[in-house]
Amino acid sequence: MSDCVLDESVILTDIEAKTKEQALETVAQNLVDQNLVKKSFIPAIIQREAEYPTGLPTNGVSVAIPHTDVKHVKTKTISLAILKHPVDFFIMGDGNNTTPVQLIFMLAMNEPNSQLSLLQKLMQIFQDEKTLTYIVNQKNKTDIKNLLKKKLGIT
Amino acid sequence: MAKKTVLVACGAGIATSTVVNGAIEEIARKNNIDVNLIQIKIAEVESYLDTADLLVTTAMTKKEYPFPVINARSFLTGIGTEETRKQILDELEK
Repeated sequence: MSDCVLDESVILTDIEAKTKEQALETVAQNLVDQNLVKKSFIPAIIQREAEYPTGLPTNGVSVAIPHTDVKHVKTKTISLAILKHPVDFFIMGDGNNTTPVQLIFMLAMNEPNSQLSLLQKLMQIFQDEKTLTYIVNQKNKTDIKNLLKKKLGIT
Repeated sequence: MAKKTVLVACGAGIATSTVVNGAIEEIARKNNIDVNLIQIKIAEVESYLDTADLLVTTAMTKKEYPFPVINARSFLTGIGTEETRKQILDELEK
């Protein structure tokens, strides 16, 4: 999994956003700026979130895992954004209820169905209240990167 | 018991269905059940109306389907996982 980008350039802290769309645009725009995804990734990810919400209530901090079709992606990347204040996302598989999301793990995947172990490890983080609380209060991007890489098994 | 065909679907067919797919494989293996898993986007369910026995999904389903539908969000959040596992196993053993 060494080919998955996860470094300081895609870890965003103190993100100010009033709506989920604003938050998604900020995170996706950064991926465009880093030349990791195509420009079309931005509208695609916002549209996908509207159609298939990705908010996940957890025992700690609610997270969202926005992602979209592989055709918009140049390089496989996991981007993390820590929001200054939680923003409501609709809950995955539930069109009526929202959850206050403070951690956005934006997945830019460049091939379908091939990253099972990476994704399973990511979901393990979501089930780990201590880690989520640690990340949401952490300002040092390198510390966050090192923790995530260790947890996800990325070298 | 006939081999069941199980659709595993999420919005994009990329991320969450991959995790759910892995979870169902594990359930099937542990219980010695032979199962035919098909990982798709939720929009593709229509093409499997005649052949599938069960749909396990993390996406919203607005339509009625001729087979049972199980929500599998718990595999992502860890909340209620055992219940979902049991629901799936019950359907596989029918």
